Amino acid sequence: MVEKFFQDHERKMPRDSLITSENDKRSKRKRAKSKQETSRRENNEEEEAQLTGGKGTKARKDIRNEKTRRMEKEEVREVDENIDEGKKKQGSTKKGEKKEDGGKQLVKEKARDIKKKKHKKAETSSEPETSEEDDDEEEDNDKDVVRPECLSPEELEKLKEAVDERKKLIQSLRGKPWPMKKKLVTLRESQEFVEKYEGALGKGKGRKLYAYKVLMTKKWMKFQRDFENFKTACIPWEMKIKEIESHFGSSVASYFIFLRWMYGINMILFGLTFGLVMVPEALMGRPYGSMPRKTVPRAEEASAMDFAVLWDFGGYAQYSVLFYGYYNNQRTVGWLKFRMPLSYFLVGVGTVAYSYMVVIRTMARNANESGVGDDNSFNFSWKMFTSWDYLIGNAETADNKFASITTSFKEAILEEQENHKDDNIHLTRFLRVLANFLVLCCLAGSGYLIYFVVRRSQKFALDGLENHTWWERNEVNMVMSLLGMFCPMLFDVISTLENYHPRVALQWQLGRIFALFLGNLYTFIIALMDEINLKRKEEKVVKFNITMWEASLYNGTVLENSTAPPVTIHPADVPRGPCWETMVGQEFVRLIISDTMTTYITLLIGDFLRAVLVRFLNYCWCWDLEAGFPSYSEFDVSGNVLGLIFNQGMIWMGSFYAPCLPALNVIRLHVSMYLQCWAVMCCNVPQERVFKASGSNNFYMAMLLVILFLSTLPAIYTIVSIPPSFDCGPFSGKNRMFDVIHETLESDFPPWFSKVFSYASNPGLVLPFILLMVLAIYYLQSTSKSYREANVELKKKLQMQNEENKRKNKRAALKAQMDLEEARKTAQEQQRNNNASVQDQEVYCVSELSDSWMKMRLSRK
Amino acid sequence: MGNKQTIFTDEQLDAYQENPFRNRIVESFSEDGMGNLSFNEFVDMFSVLSEMAPRELKAIYAFKIYDFNVDNYLCKEDLEKTLNKLTKEELTPEEVELVCEKTIEEADLDGDHKLSFADFENMISRAPDFLSTFHIRI
Repeated sequence: MVEKFFQDHERKMPRDSLITSENDKRSKRKRAKSKQETSRRENNEEEEAQLTGGKGTKARKDIRNEKTRRMEKEEVREVDENIDEGKKKQGSTKKGEKKEDGGKQLVKEKARDIKKKKHKKAETSSEPETSEEDDDEEEDNDKDVVRPECLSPEELEKLKEAVDERKKLIQSLRGKPWPMKKKLVTLRESQEFVEKYEGALGKGKGRKLYAYKVLMTKKWMKFQRDFENFKTACIPWEMKIKEIESHFGSSVASYFIFLRWMYGINMILFGLTFGLVMVPEALMGRPYGSMPRKTVPRAEEASAMDFAVLWDFGGYAQYSVLFYGYYNNQRTVGWLKFRMPLSYFLVGVGTVAYSYMVVIRTMARNANESGVGDDNSFNFSWKMFTSWDYLIGNAETADNKFASITTSFKEAILEEQENHKDDNIHLTRFLRVLANFLVLCCLAGSGYLIYFVVRRSQKFALDGLENHTWWERNEVNMVMSLLGMFCPMLFDVISTLENYHPRVALQWQLGRIFALFLGNLYTFIIALMDEINLKRKEEKVVKFNITMWEASLYNGTVLENSTAPPVTIHPADVPRGPCWETMVGQEFVRLIISDTMTTYITLLIGDFLRAVLVRFLNYCWCWDLEAGFPSYSEFDVSGNVLGLIFNQGMIWMGSFYAPCLPALNVIRLHVSMYLQCWAVMCCNVPQERVFKASGSNNFYMAMLLVILFLSTLPAIYTIVSIPPSFDCGPFSGKNRMFDVIHETLESDFPPWFSKVFSYASNPGLVLPFILLMVLAIYYLQSTSKSYREANVELKKKLQMQNEENKRKNKRAALKAQMDLEEARKTAQEQQRNNNASVQDQEVYCVSELSDSWMKMRLSRK
Repeated sequence: MGNKQTIFTDEQLDAYQENPFRNRIVESFSEDGMGNLSFNEFVDMFSVLSEMAPRELKAIYAFKIYDFNVDNYLCKEDLEKTLNKLTKEELTPEEVELVCEKTIEEADLDGDHKLSFADFENMISRAPDFLSTFHIRI
């Protein structure tokens, strides 16, 4: 770029020398009407153009244009004709023509078309000016006096070269740091030139098409930009998250971005379960009250509408599309012949498959991004010079931007300081090992405690729950909650021993609390399995009872009339089998609700109430509440992230048995987003050490993947090994739930299909296939490892190259300085000796210096 | 005529002006260096700050804007002033010192402890979001 500076200055030099000759030429051109004269002139100009090079032509065109403008105003008609001729012969610059044409009265069509062609070639050049020109210019086809025949081939060549130079000039004009006046003048001249002579070169076809194309391109670019804007505006909660990010830093914002991403996933899951399971059953299945399984039993009817019962998801809520038990096991429902059981099963499998796919795809994408975009070479410089967004005009946005810039600087400073921390490695390692040992002890202790408590509660259940105190009845829940409250704090204290970078410390903290919460999961699943077994035992008893009851019914009617049809009994009175699936679904729903309530109440009390107290009690308290003990709370990223992940695990586990779970979760996440955004901005203060979250978020994804795996295991186990209840749900009557697939294959597909399928599921085929996949995975893994290593090598090379360049440049700069010094000394000496030769020396030295500057810049580029 | 305010006091005008570099922008485009713009200079300013201006041109004018003492170099004082304007003086002096040191260390190629235009241009040409932040949409 600076070379262009030099070039511009150089161009200024020949300009002065050519003024007089240019003036003559211009005036001659304007007055002469003979084409021969103009062509001769044109040739001269062409030669001149070649002599002085493209750099000179612009200067000449400048002068020419100025003269033209002056004359234009005097002789409009003459100018029209002459311009016409001149256009064809000179092909002057576009900007020059524009100004000229602006003064003219007539607009020449051909000129406009030629210009449009030029505009096509000069892509970035003055499009607004083009339109202006189009408006201003007049065209005159009759005055098209092109004389290609008059020019010899060499002259045509030269003409072509000149025209090309002009076009290049027009294209590069935007990038020149000249004042606007100069740019406009030059542009007009060059445009004139190009138009006049491009017509002469016979490129007069397709102008209208070209103009149309240009218009369409403009419109398309505008449309694309508007669409991008629209897409960005559609991202939900973007402004909220940006505001939080500017005040609290990227780690807190990463939690909210994660929350938004989860919301997206849950929306899809909701769409699947709602659209393919709940809606068909509601619209096309048998209505409420038509079957025993769809009706509230007579015994419960009185209390079915109570709020307490509904809150517990009993009563009418239990006997609705919200839970597994409501669904009928009819193979097809409605006039669409919708396969309800098949759909139920496939949706259950599909939600899990979709979740796996999304999590793994996001992990892969994040892994890619983190590798590539990590250019740290000019971190601080870029922050300083490119962080302010000049588009901001709103005071509040500007405040946010200032806060975000400050936070970003603080983050970068922290990173820098961490890099320079140089401690005693051995002490640090010993402390870290000690800390991990302490944490392991903690986890082992809590694991044993949980196990012990669960065993005790099982014993209590066998004894009968009424014999024990409230504490003993709710022991498990209480122990879990207490552990969940105190252990994370303990881990926090222990982690100060470790002295990690805050980001790494957060990851360790997350990992440890995760291990703690796994104990939670374990107790919950054990409790569930116990209840399921209980229900299944109950089933056998109930089955027996039902046969007895039916027998008694029929016995009664047979006595009256043997041929009478069986007495219709109201569905509410029929005795029911226990439905362990609905029970499982209810447990999950209750867990989610109580979890949500706990989170919100903790938020309101722990954060909001605390902030209110600190703020208002500070006026009448002995010590400074804001700086001292309670102070305002910081946003607990790790706790919230883990809560979100475990919550999602519950959803995945339970959505097979309670199709309403994704819907509930969508509502819950929606409310959480608004509540937590408000709470953060209102009650929390930024952390003291603001650190940049690792852009990838892969750590959260990895934990999510583990939870996904762990939570689908129990569901799969129950589907595969426990027979479904005989009296409720879409699979009632089958031996196993996945039998529905067999049934579909046999009845809905052509016979050859099931044959093919049975061949495909032959172990002899499946095992080699699995082996092949394992081999493929191994191969891909090794190639990716080698690519990563190559990447690291290349980065190192690049860095070394950069440093080499820096050193070379420094040396060259020093050398140039020394040369300059020498030149000055020799110049002074020479001056003393001989006056005449001084100038030469200086010129020589200066040119030498400029040479070395050029070389340096070229080498850098 | 209406209730729209047409005469603003200085404080009110201040509320509409968010860019911390507003004075420098105007000064670098004005011929007399005092902030008075003719129409051509005004057009020039918006042309450079528009989307269509090429990167090199923007780099030239960005250099001029950040050069507070107009000596064709970005020396430490220039950087300090830039940083203070950017963060509204929320950083401590040590932090400001650290950042300016780091910036010069990163971008200075010829070892004179200040950034010449060549250094600046070399650094800004690799910046990914220079074009998207250094523009004004009319």
